Amino acid sequence: MKRFFHAVLFFAALVAIWHYGRDYMVGAKKWSPVLVPDPFSVWEYLRSAVEDRTLFEALWVTVKRLLLGYFIGVVLGVPLGLVTARFKWAGDTIGVLGLGLQTLPSVCWVPPALLWFGQTEMAMQFVVIMGTLWSVQISTDNGVRNVPPIYQRAARTMGSRGLHTWVKVNLPASLPFIVSGVKQGWAFAWRSLMAAEIYVTVLTGYGLGFLLNNGRELHAMDQVAGVMLVIVFIGLLADKILFSPWESFIHRRWGTVKS
Amino acid sequence: MRKLEELEVIKPVKLSIDGVSKTFHEGVVVTHALDNVSLSVDEGEFVCLVGPSGCGKSTLLAMIAGLEFPDQGSIMSDGRMVTEPGRDRMVMFQESALFPWLDVLGNVMFGLKLKPNLTTKECREVARFYIQLVGLDKYARSNIHELSGGMRQRVALARSLAPNPRVLLMDEPFASLDAMTREQLYGDLQEIWAARKKTIVFVTHNVREAACLGDRVVLFSPHPGRVREQFKIDLPRPRDINSPSLASHATEITKALKSHRVTSDEVGE
Repeated sequence: MKRFFHAVLFFAALVAIWHYGRDYMVGAKKWSPVLVPDPFSVWEYLRSAVEDRTLFEALWVTVKRLLLGYFIGVVLGVPLGLVTARFKWAGDTIGVLGLGLQTLPSVCWVPPALLWFGQTEMAMQFVVIMGTLWSVQISTDNGVRNVPPIYQRAARTMGSRGLHTWVKVNLPASLPFIVSGVKQGWAFAWRSLMAAEIYVTVLTGYGLGFLLNNGRELHAMDQVAGVMLVIVFIGLLADKILFSPWESFIHRRWGTVKS
Repeated sequence: MRKLEELEVIKPVKLSIDGVSKTFHEGVVVTHALDNVSLSVDEGEFVCLVGPSGCGKSTLLAMIAGLEFPDQGSIMSDGRMVTEPGRDRMVMFQESALFPWLDVLGNVMFGLKLKPNLTTKECREVARFYIQLVGLDKYARSNIHELSGGMRQRVALARSLAPNPRVLLMDEPFASLDAMTREQLYGDLQEIWAARKKTIVFVTHNVREAACLGDRVVLFSPHPGRVREQFKIDLPRPRDINSPSLASHATEITKALKSHRVTSDEVGE
Protein backbone atom coordinates (compact mmCIF):
# COMPACT_ATOMS: atom_id res chain seq x y z
CA MET A 1 0.00 0.00 0.00
CA LYS A 2 2.81 2.34 0.90
CA ARG A 3 4.61 1.48 -2.34
CA PHE A 4 1.47 2.18 -4.33
CA PHE A 5 1.14 5.52 -2.57
CA HIS A 6 4.75 6.40 -3.47
CA ALA A 7 4.13 5.56 -7.12
CA VAL A 8 0.92 7.63 -7.28
CA LEU A 9 2.60 10.59 -5.61
CA PHE A 10 5.57 10.41 -7.97
CA PHE A 11 3.52 10.31 -11.16
CA ALA A 12 1.13 13.01 -9.95
CA ALA A 13 4.12 15.23 -9.28
CA LEU A 14 5.50 14.45 -12.73
CA VAL A 15 2.24 15.46 -14.41
CA ALA A 16 2.05 18.63 -12.28
CA ILE A 17 5.57 19.67 -13.25
CA TRP A 18 4.77 18.95 -16.88
CA HIS A 19 1.56 21.03 -16.74
CA TYR A 20 2.83 24.06 -14.80
CA GLY A 21 6.31 23.99 -16.31
CA ARG A 22 4.82 24.01 -19.79
CA ASP A 23 2.43 26.85 -18.83
CA TYR A 24 5.33 28.92 -17.61
CA MET A 25 7.60 28.27 -20.62
CA VAL A 26 4.80 28.88 -23.12
CA GLY A 27 3.78 32.06 -21.24
CA ALA A 28 7.39 33.28 -21.40
CA LYS A 29 7.30 32.55 -25.14
CA LYS A 30 10.23 30.12 -24.89
CA TRP A 31 8.33 27.01 -25.99
CA SER A 32 5.85 26.71 -28.82
CA PRO A 33 2.43 25.62 -27.51
CA VAL A 34 2.09 23.35 -30.55
CA LEU A 35 5.32 21.44 -30.02
CA VAL A 36 4.89 20.92 -26.28
CA PRO A 37 1.34 19.75 -25.56
CA ASP A 38 -0.35 20.05 -22.23
CA PRO A 39 -0.92 16.75 -20.34
CA PHE A 40 -4.66 17.37 -20.53
CA SER A 41 -4.65 17.70 -24.30
CA VAL A 42 -2.70 14.43 -24.50
CA TRP A 43 -5.36 12.88 -22.30
CA GLU A 44 -8.03 14.38 -24.54
CA TYR A 45 -6.37 12.81 -27.60
CA LEU A 46 -6.19 9.40 -25.93
CA ARG A 47 -9.86 9.62 -24.94
CA SER A 48 -10.97 10.49 -28.46
CA ALA A 49 -8.71 7.83 -29.99
CA VAL A 50 -10.27 5.26 -27.70
CA GLU A 51 -13.71 6.51 -28.63
CA ASP A 52 -13.23 6.31 -32.41
CA ARG A 53 -11.38 3.00 -31.93
CA THR A 54 -8.22 4.05 -33.83
CA LEU A 55 -6.11 3.38 -30.78
CA PHE A 56 -7.52 -0.09 -30.18
CA GLU A 57 -7.11 -1.03 -33.80
CA ALA A 58 -3.50 0.13 -33.88
CA LEU A 59 -2.83 -1.57 -30.58
CA TRP A 60 -4.29 -4.83 -31.79
CA VAL A 61 -2.28 -4.75 -35.03
CA THR A 62 0.96 -4.11 -33.16
CA VAL A 63 0.38 -6.57 -30.34
CA LYS A 64 -0.60 -9.30 -32.78
CA ARG A 65 2.57 -8.82 -34.81
CA LEU A 66 4.65 -8.74 -31.72
CA LEU A 67 3.20 -11.73 -29.90
CA LEU A 68 3.12 -13.96 -32.95
CA GLY A 69 6.66 -13.11 -34.02
CA TYR A 70 7.91 -13.29 -30.47
CA PHE A 71 6.25 -16.65 -29.88
CA ILE A 72 7.81 -18.11 -33.03
CA GLY A 73 11.19 -16.67 -32.03
CA VAL A 74 11.08 -18.29 -28.58
CA VAL A 75 9.75 -21.62 -29.88
CA LEU A 76 12.61 -21.78 -32.38
CA GLY A 77 15.25 -20.20 -30.18
CA VAL A 78 15.07 -22.44 -27.10
CA PRO A 79 15.48 -25.78 -28.95
CA LEU A 80 18.14 -24.22 -31.16
CA GLY A 81 20.04 -23.14 -28.05
CA LEU A 82 19.79 -26.65 -26.61
CA VAL A 83 21.13 -28.09 -29.86
CA THR A 84 24.06 -25.65 -30.11
CA ALA A 85 24.99 -26.40 -26.50
CA ARG A 86 24.69 -30.15 -26.92
CA PHE A 87 26.43 -30.78 -30.24
CA LYS A 88 29.83 -29.35 -30.89
CA TRP A 89 29.27 -29.21 -34.63
CA ALA A 90 26.08 -27.19 -34.09
CA GLY A 91 27.86 -24.80 -31.74
CA ASP A 92 30.64 -24.31 -34.29
CA THR A 93 28.17 -23.54 -37.07
CA ILE A 94 24.76 -22.30 -35.93
CA GLY A 95 26.24 -21.00 -32.68
CA VAL A 96 28.72 -18.77 -34.49
CA LEU A 97 26.06 -17.63 -36.94
CA GLY A 98 23.75 -16.77 -34.03
CA LEU A 99 26.43 -14.80 -32.25
CA GLY A 100 27.10 -12.84 -35.43
CA LEU A 101 23.48 -12.14 -36.19
CA GLN A 102 22.73 -11.14 -32.62
CA THR A 103 25.20 -8.27 -32.87
CA LEU A 104 23.35 -7.02 -35.94
CA PRO A 105 20.79 -4.41 -34.82
CA SER A 106 17.51 -6.05 -35.68
CA VAL A 107 16.17 -2.95 -37.47
CA CYS A 108 18.75 -3.81 -40.13
CA TRP A 109 16.43 -6.67 -41.08
CA VAL A 110 13.77 -4.22 -42.25
CA PRO A 111 15.21 -3.50 -45.72
CA PRO A 112 15.76 -7.16 -46.69
CA ALA A 113 12.39 -8.13 -45.20
CA LEU A 114 10.67 -5.51 -47.35
CA LEU A 115 12.46 -6.71 -50.46
CA TRP A 116 11.66 -10.34 -49.78
CA PHE A 117 8.14 -10.11 -48.49
CA GLY A 118 6.95 -6.71 -49.68
CA GLN A 119 4.94 -4.38 -47.46
CA THR A 120 3.18 -7.24 -45.70
CA GLU A 121 2.56 -8.68 -42.25
CA MET A 122 5.13 -11.31 -43.10
CA ALA A 123 7.86 -8.67 -43.34
CA MET A 124 6.94 -7.25 -39.92
CA GLN A 125 6.90 -10.68 -38.36
CA PHE A 126 10.21 -11.58 -39.90
CA VAL A 127 11.84 -8.55 -38.27
CA VAL A 128 10.40 -9.48 -34.88
CA ILE A 129 11.51 -13.11 -35.22
CA MET A 130 15.05 -12.16 -36.16
CA GLY A 131 15.20 -9.80 -33.20
CA THR A 132 14.06 -12.48 -30.74
CA LEU A 133 15.48 -15.70 -32.08
CA TRP A 134 19.21 -15.18 -31.62
CA SER A 135 19.18 -13.66 -28.19
CA VAL A 136 16.96 -16.51 -26.98
CA GLN A 137 19.22 -19.06 -28.66
CA ILE A 138 22.38 -17.56 -27.15
CA SER A 139 21.01 -17.32 -23.63
CA THR A 140 19.68 -20.89 -23.74
CA ASP A 141 23.02 -22.12 -25.02
CA ASN A 142 24.78 -20.14 -22.32
CA GLY A 143 22.41 -21.40 -19.65
CA VAL A 144 22.96 -25.04 -20.54
CA ARG A 145 26.73 -24.59 -20.53
CA ASN A 146 26.47 -23.16 -17.03
CA VAL A 147 24.56 -26.10 -15.55
CA PRO A 148 26.77 -27.55 -12.80
CA PRO A 149 27.98 -30.97 -14.02
CA ILE A 150 27.05 -32.44 -10.63
CA TYR A 151 23.35 -32.11 -11.54
CA GLN A 152 23.87 -34.28 -14.59
CA ARG A 153 25.90 -36.81 -12.62
CA ALA A 154 23.27 -36.97 -9.91
CA ALA A 155 20.52 -37.40 -12.51
CA ARG A 156 22.44 -40.21 -14.18
CA THR A 157 22.79 -42.17 -10.96
CA MET A 158 19.01 -41.87 -10.55
CA GLY A 159 18.48 -43.43 -13.96
CA SER A 160 18.03 -40.34 -16.11
CA ARG A 161 19.44 -40.62 -19.63
CA GLY A 162 19.47 -38.74 -22.92
CA LEU A 163 16.35 -36.76 -23.66
CA HIS A 164 15.05 -37.11 -20.10
CA THR A 165 18.19 -35.45 -18.75
CA TRP A 166 17.77 -32.64 -21.27
CA VAL A 167 14.15 -31.94 -20.55
CA LYS A 168 14.11 -32.59 -16.80
CA VAL A 169 17.57 -31.39 -15.77
CA ASN A 170 19.38 -29.18 -18.26
CA LEU A 171 16.34 -27.19 -19.30
CA PRO A 172 15.04 -26.30 -15.83
CA ALA A 173 18.58 -25.80 -14.51
CA SER A 174 19.17 -23.14 -17.15
CA LEU A 175 15.82 -21.45 -16.58
CA PRO A 176 17.31 -18.31 -14.97
CA PHE A 177 19.44 -17.77 -18.08
CA ILE A 178 16.60 -18.57 -20.46
CA VAL A 179 14.19 -16.15 -18.80
CA SER A 180 16.68 -13.31 -18.96
CA GLY A 181 17.38 -14.15 -22.60
CA VAL A 182 13.70 -14.28 -23.45
CA LYS A 183 13.29 -10.91 -21.78
CA GLN A 184 16.13 -9.46 -23.78
CA GLY A 185 14.62 -10.98 -26.90
CA TRP A 186 11.37 -9.23 -26.08
CA ALA A 187 13.17 -5.90 -25.78
CA PHE A 188 14.84 -6.40 -29.17
CA ALA A 189 11.61 -7.47 -30.82
CA TRP A 190 9.68 -4.53 -29.42
CA ARG A 191 12.29 -1.99 -30.50
CA SER A 192 12.70 -3.41 -33.97
CA LEU A 193 8.96 -3.61 -34.53
CA MET A 194 8.49 0.04 -33.54
CA ALA A 195 11.31 1.05 -35.86
CA ALA A 196 9.79 -0.97 -38.69
CA GLU A 197 6.32 0.46 -38.16
CA ILE A 198 7.60 4.03 -38.18
CA TYR A 199 9.82 3.35 -41.14
CA VAL A 200 7.31 1.66 -43.45
CA THR A 201 3.57 1.82 -43.90
CA VAL A 202 2.15 -1.64 -44.24
CA LEU A 203 -1.24 -1.50 -45.84
CA THR A 204 -2.55 -4.62 -44.15
CA GLY A 205 -2.58 -2.94 -40.76
CA TYR A 206 -1.78 0.36 -39.10
CA GLY A 207 0.13 -0.20 -35.91
CA LEU A 208 1.19 2.07 -33.07
CA GLY A 209 4.35 3.05 -34.93
CA PHE A 210 2.26 4.21 -37.84
CA LEU A 211 0.05 6.22 -35.52
CA LEU A 212 3.11 7.85 -33.99
CA ASN A 213 4.55 8.78 -37.37
CA ASN A 214 1.12 9.92 -38.49
CA GLY A 215 1.09 12.31 -35.53
CA ARG A 216 4.37 13.78 -36.72
CA GLU A 217 3.01 14.28 -40.22
CA LEU A 218 -0.06 16.06 -38.85
CA HIS A 219 2.07 18.13 -36.48
CA ALA A 220 -0.17 16.73 -33.75
CA MET A 221 2.18 16.60 -30.81
CA ASP A 222 -0.60 15.48 -28.48
CA GLN A 223 -0.99 12.37 -30.64
CA VAL A 224 2.75 11.72 -30.67
CA ALA A 225 2.99 12.03 -26.90
CA GLY A 226 -0.19 9.99 -26.38
CA VAL A 227 1.03 7.10 -28.54
CA MET A 228 4.41 7.19 -26.81
CA LEU A 229 2.64 6.81 -23.48
CA VAL A 230 0.73 3.83 -24.82
CA ILE A 231 3.97 2.26 -26.03
CA VAL A 232 5.52 2.68 -22.58
CA PHE A 233 2.41 1.20 -21.02
CA ILE A 234 2.54 -1.88 -23.28
CA GLY A 235 6.17 -2.42 -22.30
CA LEU A 236 5.29 -2.31 -18.61
CA LEU A 237 2.32 -4.59 -19.10
CA ALA A 238 4.38 -7.14 -21.01
CA ASP A 239 6.91 -7.19 -18.23
CA LYS A 240 4.23 -7.79 -15.61
CA ILE A 241 2.28 -10.41 -17.55
CA LEU A 242 4.98 -12.27 -19.47
CA PHE A 243 8.02 -12.17 -17.24
CA SER A 244 7.08 -11.43 -13.66
CA PRO A 245 5.53 -14.88 -13.08
CA TRP A 246 8.71 -16.61 -14.27
CA GLU A 247 10.95 -14.29 -12.36
CA SER A 248 9.07 -14.78 -9.14
CA PHE A 249 9.12 -18.56 -9.67
CA ILE A 250 12.90 -18.40 -10.03
CA HIS A 251 13.15 -16.08 -7.09
CA ARG A 252 11.08 -18.41 -4.93
CA ARG A 253 12.82 -21.62 -5.92
CA TRP A 254 16.41 -20.51 -6.27
CA GLY A 255 16.23 -17.96 -3.47
CA THR A 256 17.84 -15.29 -5.60
CA VAL A 257 17.18 -11.59 -5.16
CA LYS A 258 14.25 -10.44 -7.26
CA SER A 259 15.16 -7.60 -9.55
CA MET B 1 -2.99 -51.58 -2.01
CA ARG B 2 -0.03 -53.56 -3.26
CA LYS B 3 3.11 -53.68 -1.23
CA LEU B 4 5.74 -51.34 -2.59
CA GLU B 5 9.16 -52.85 -3.02
CA GLU B 6 10.68 -49.39 -2.47
CA LEU B 7 9.59 -49.58 1.15
CA GLU B 8 10.80 -53.10 1.82
CA VAL B 9 14.14 -53.84 3.40
CA ILE B 10 16.02 -55.62 0.64
CA LYS B 11 19.17 -57.68 0.74
CA PRO B 12 22.37 -55.65 0.44
CA VAL B 13 25.05 -56.76 -2.02
CA LYS B 14 28.73 -57.51 -2.06
CA LEU B 15 31.14 -55.30 -3.98
CA SER B 16 34.43 -56.56 -5.36
CA ILE B 17 37.03 -54.26 -6.74
CA ASP B 18 39.83 -56.09 -8.45
CA GLY B 19 43.13 -54.59 -9.60
CA VAL B 20 41.69 -51.22 -10.58
CA SER B 21 43.97 -48.57 -12.09
CA LYS B 22 43.03 -45.16 -13.43
CA THR B 23 45.03 -42.34 -14.94
CA PHE B 24 43.74 -38.87 -15.80
CA HIS B 25 45.27 -36.75 -18.52
CA GLU B 26 44.63 -33.03 -18.29
CA GLY B 27 46.71 -31.30 -20.90
CA VAL B 28 50.29 -32.25 -20.12
CA VAL B 29 49.51 -33.12 -16.48
CA VAL B 30 49.11 -36.84 -15.88
CA THR B 31 47.53 -37.88 -12.59
CA HIS B 32 47.84 -41.46 -11.53
CA ALA B 33 44.65 -41.55 -9.47
CA LEU B 34 44.53 -45.25 -8.66
CA ASP B 35 47.12 -47.95 -8.97
CA ASN B 36 46.16 -51.60 -8.79
CA VAL B 37 43.55 -51.21 -6.05
CA SER B 38 41.74 -54.30 -4.83
CA LEU B 39 39.07 -54.19 -2.20
CA SER B 40 36.05 -56.17 -1.29
CA VAL B 41 33.02 -54.95 0.62
CA ASP B 42 30.71 -57.47 2.27
CA GLU B 43 26.94 -57.49 2.16
CA GLY B 44 25.64 -54.83 4.50
CA GLU B 45 29.10 -53.69 5.51
CA PHE B 46 29.85 -50.05 6.28
CA VAL B 47 33.26 -49.25 4.83
CA CYS B 48 34.97 -45.90 5.12
CA LEU B 49 37.68 -44.84 2.69
CA VAL B 50 40.09 -42.29 4.16
CA GLY B 51 43.19 -40.64 2.88
CA PRO B 52 44.63 -37.27 1.93
CA SER B 53 43.30 -35.48 -1.12
CA GLY B 54 44.53 -36.90 -4.38
CA CYS B 55 44.52 -40.50 -3.14
CA GLY B 56 41.77 -41.47 -5.57
CA LYS B 57 39.09 -42.34 -3.02
CA SER B 58 36.42 -40.20 -4.70
CA THR B 59 37.44 -41.58 -8.10
CA LEU B 60 36.96 -45.11 -6.80
CA LEU B 61 33.52 -44.16 -5.51
CA ALA B 62 32.56 -42.68 -8.89
CA MET B 63 33.67 -45.93 -10.52
CA ILE B 64 31.50 -48.04 -8.25
CA ALA B 65 28.66 -45.68 -9.16
CA GLY B 66 29.38 -46.29 -12.84
CA LEU B 67 30.12 -42.61 -13.54
CA GLU B 68 33.79 -43.31 -14.31
CA PHE B 69 35.48 -46.39 -15.66
CA PRO B 70 38.77 -48.06 -14.72
CA ASP B 71 41.62 -48.23 -17.24
CA GLN B 72 42.45 -51.64 -15.87
CA GLY B 73 40.80 -54.05 -13.51
CA SER B 74 37.15 -54.60 -12.80
CA ILE B 75 34.39 -53.59 -10.42
CA MET B 76 31.67 -56.08 -9.62
CA SER B 77 28.44 -55.40 -7.82
CA ASP B 78 26.47 -58.49 -6.84
CA GLY B 79 28.67 -60.56 -9.18
CA ARG B 80 27.89 -58.33 -12.17
CA MET B 81 30.33 -55.98 -13.85
CA VAL B 82 29.55 -52.29 -13.34
CA THR B 83 29.16 -50.75 -16.80
CA GLU B 84 26.83 -47.83 -16.13
CA PRO B 85 25.08 -46.00 -13.30
CA GLY B 86 22.22 -47.97 -11.78
CA ARG B 87 19.57 -47.45 -9.17
CA ASP B 88 20.98 -50.36 -7.18
CA ARG B 89 23.95 -48.09 -6.40
CA MET B 90 22.92 -44.60 -5.35
CA VAL B 91 25.31 -41.75 -4.67
CA MET B 92 25.08 -39.01 -2.11
CA PHE B 93 27.38 -36.25 -3.28
CA GLN B 94 29.97 -34.05 -1.61
CA GLU B 95 28.34 -30.71 -2.19
CA SER B 96 24.63 -30.40 -2.52
CA ALA B 97 23.58 -31.86 -5.83
CA LEU B 98 19.93 -31.16 -5.06
CA PHE B 99 17.93 -29.56 -7.84
CA PRO B 100 16.98 -25.97 -6.99
CA TRP B 101 14.02 -25.93 -9.40
CA LEU B 102 12.24 -28.66 -7.41
CA ASP B 103 11.05 -28.60 -3.82
CA VAL B 104 12.05 -31.24 -1.27
CA LEU B 105 9.35 -33.67 -2.35
CA GLY B 106 10.15 -33.11 -6.03
CA ASN B 107 13.80 -33.84 -5.42
CA VAL B 108 13.11 -37.07 -3.57
CA MET B 109 10.61 -38.10 -6.25
CA PHE B 110 13.01 -37.46 -9.14
CA GLY B 111 14.57 -40.91 -9.09
CA LEU B 112 11.29 -42.63 -8.25
CA LYS B 113 9.48 -41.18 -11.24
CA LEU B 114 12.06 -42.87 -13.44
CA LYS B 115 11.06 -46.27 -12.16
CA PRO B 116 8.79 -47.78 -14.77
CA ASN B 117 6.15 -49.48 -12.63
CA LEU B 118 5.29 -46.84 -10.07
CA THR B 119 2.26 -44.56 -10.28
CA THR B 120 2.66 -40.92 -9.33
CA LYS B 121 0.65 -41.56 -6.20
CA GLU B 122 2.95 -44.39 -5.17
CA CYS B 123 6.00 -42.24 -5.90
CA ARG B 124 4.66 -39.59 -3.59
CA GLU B 125 3.94 -42.12 -0.89
CA VAL B 126 7.44 -43.60 -1.08
CA ALA B 127 9.03 -40.15 -1.13
CA ARG B 128 7.06 -39.11 1.94
CA PHE B 129 8.20 -42.26 3.75
CA TYR B 130 11.87 -41.39 3.22
CA ILE B 131 11.39 -37.71 3.97
CA GLN B 132 9.91 -38.81 7.26
CA LEU B 133 12.78 -41.25 7.81
CA VAL B 134 15.28 -38.38 7.70
CA GLY B 135 13.03 -36.31 9.95
CA LEU B 136 11.89 -33.64 7.50
CA ASP B 137 8.15 -34.37 7.22
CA LYS B 138 7.31 -30.74 7.92
CA TYR B 139 9.54 -29.55 5.10
CA ALA B 140 8.30 -31.67 2.20
CA ARG B 141 7.05 -28.59 0.37
CA SER B 142 9.99 -26.33 1.21
CA ASN B 143 12.37 -24.98 -1.39
CA ILE B 144 15.97 -26.11 -1.18
CA HIS B 145 17.43 -22.67 -0.51
CA GLU B 146 15.20 -22.31 2.55
CA LEU B 147 16.87 -25.26 4.30
CA SER B 148 20.01 -25.26 6.42
CA GLY B 149 23.09 -27.18 5.28
CA GLY B 150 22.27 -30.11 7.55
CA MET B 151 18.69 -30.30 6.32
CA ARG B 152 19.85 -30.22 2.71
CA GLN B 153 22.10 -33.19 3.30
CA ARG B 154 19.17 -34.98 4.91
CA VAL B 155 17.17 -34.36 1.74
CA ALA B 156 20.09 -35.67 -0.29
CA LEU B 157 20.14 -38.76 1.90
CA ALA B 158 16.40 -39.28 1.44
CA ARG B 159 16.79 -38.82 -2.31
CA SER B 160 19.51 -41.44 -2.55
CA LEU B 161 17.61 -43.87 -0.32
CA ALA B 162 14.27 -43.48 -2.12
CA PRO B 163 14.86 -45.81 -5.11
CA ASN B 164 15.82 -48.43 -2.50
CA PRO B 165 19.39 -49.11 -3.67
CA ARG B 166 21.40 -52.04 -2.40
CA VAL B 167 24.54 -49.96 -2.12
CA LEU B 168 24.80 -46.41 -0.83
CA LEU B 169 27.85 -44.47 -1.94
CA MET B 170 28.62 -41.36 0.07
CA ASP B 171 31.22 -38.84 -1.06
CA GLU B 172 32.20 -36.66 1.92
CA PRO B 173 28.55 -35.88 2.54
CA PHE B 174 29.07 -34.03 5.82
CA ALA B 175 32.26 -32.14 4.94
CA SER B 176 30.64 -28.71 4.76
CA LEU B 177 28.53 -28.99 7.92
CA ASP B 178 29.24 -27.64 11.39
CA ALA B 179 30.29 -30.06 14.14
CA MET B 180 26.96 -30.07 15.99
CA THR B 181 24.93 -30.88 12.88
CA ARG B 182 27.44 -33.52 11.86
CA GLU B 183 27.23 -35.30 15.20
CA GLN B 184 23.49 -35.51 14.92
CA LEU B 185 23.73 -36.88 11.40
CA TYR B 186 26.23 -39.55 12.51
CA GLY B 187 23.61 -40.85 14.90
CA ASP B 188 20.83 -40.69 12.30
CA LEU B 189 22.90 -42.35 9.61
CA GLN B 190 23.80 -45.26 11.88
CA GLU B 191 20.15 -45.67 12.77
CA ILE B 192 19.02 -45.60 9.14
CA TRP B 193 21.79 -47.99 8.15
CA ALA B 194 20.64 -50.44 10.83
CA ALA B 195 17.02 -50.11 9.74
CA ARG B 196 17.50 -50.23 5.97
CA LYS B 197 20.47 -52.68 5.81
CA LYS B 198 22.53 -51.14 3.03
CA THR B 199 26.07 -51.78 1.95
CA ILE B 200 27.69 -48.37 2.45
CA VAL B 201 30.92 -47.03 1.03
CA PHE B 202 31.69 -43.73 2.69
CA VAL B 203 34.50 -41.45 1.53
CA THR B 204 35.94 -38.93 3.98
CA HIS B 205 39.17 -37.25 4.97
CA ASN B 206 38.04 -37.04 8.58
CA VAL B 207 39.61 -39.96 10.45
CA ARG B 208 37.39 -39.66 13.50
CA GLU B 209 34.28 -39.65 11.32
CA ALA B 210 35.52 -42.79 9.60
CA ALA B 211 36.18 -44.54 12.92
CA CYS B 212 32.76 -43.53 14.18
CA LEU B 213 30.80 -44.81 11.19
CA GLY B 214 32.74 -47.67 9.64
CA ASP B 215 32.88 -51.37 10.37
CA ARG B 216 36.14 -51.09 8.55
CA VAL B 217 38.36 -48.15 7.66
CA VAL B 218 40.45 -48.41 4.52
CA LEU B 219 43.43 -46.07 4.42
CA PHE B 220 44.57 -44.79 1.03
CA SER B 221 47.87 -43.12 0.16
CA PRO B 222 48.25 -40.72 -2.72
CA HIS B 223 50.38 -40.42 -5.89
CA PRO B 224 49.50 -43.02 -7.02
CA GLY B 225 46.36 -43.90 -5.08
CA ARG B 226 46.83 -47.20 -3.28
CA VAL B 227 45.28 -49.07 -0.39
CA ARG B 228 47.81 -48.78 2.45
CA GLU B 229 46.22 -50.34 5.47
CA GLN B 230 42.87 -51.50 6.78
CA PHE B 231 41.47 -51.18 10.27
CA LYS B 232 38.63 -53.18 11.70
CA ILE B 233 36.52 -51.13 14.10
CA ASP B 234 34.59 -53.49 16.36
CA LEU B 235 33.01 -51.04 18.75
CA PRO B 236 29.36 -51.50 19.73
CA ARG B 237 26.73 -49.36 17.97
CA PRO B 238 25.40 -46.77 18.03
CA ARG B 239 28.74 -45.10 18.48
CA ASP B 240 29.37 -41.70 19.89
CA ILE B 241 32.00 -39.64 18.10
CA ASN B 242 33.27 -38.35 21.44
CA SER B 243 33.82 -41.69 23.17
CA PRO B 244 37.42 -42.39 24.35
CA SER B 245 37.58 -45.89 22.86
CA LEU B 246 36.69 -44.44 19.48
CA ALA B 247 39.36 -41.79 19.94
CA SER B 248 42.03 -44.45 20.45
CA HIS B 249 41.07 -46.11 17.15
CA ALA B 250 41.19 -42.74 15.44
CA THR B 251 44.62 -42.03 16.90
CA GLU B 252 45.90 -45.32 15.56
CA ILE B 253 44.63 -44.53 12.07
CA THR B 254 46.00 -40.98 12.19
CA LYS B 255 49.39 -42.35 13.19
CA ALA B 256 49.36 -44.70 10.22
CA LEU B 257 48.26 -41.85 7.94
CA LYS B 258 51.17 -39.69 9.10
CA SER B 259 53.76 -42.44 8.78
CA HIS B 260 52.78 -43.00 5.17
CA ARG B 261 53.08 -39.33 4.46
CA VAL B 262 56.61 -39.38 5.90
CA THR B 263 57.62 -42.36 3.79
CA SER B 264 56.28 -40.76 0.65
CA ASP B 265 58.15 -37.54 1.55
CA GLU B 266 61.34 -39.55 1.89
CA VAL B 267 61.08 -40.99 -1.59
CA GLY B 268 60.90 -37.44 -2.88
CA GLU B 269 57.15 -37.14 -3.32
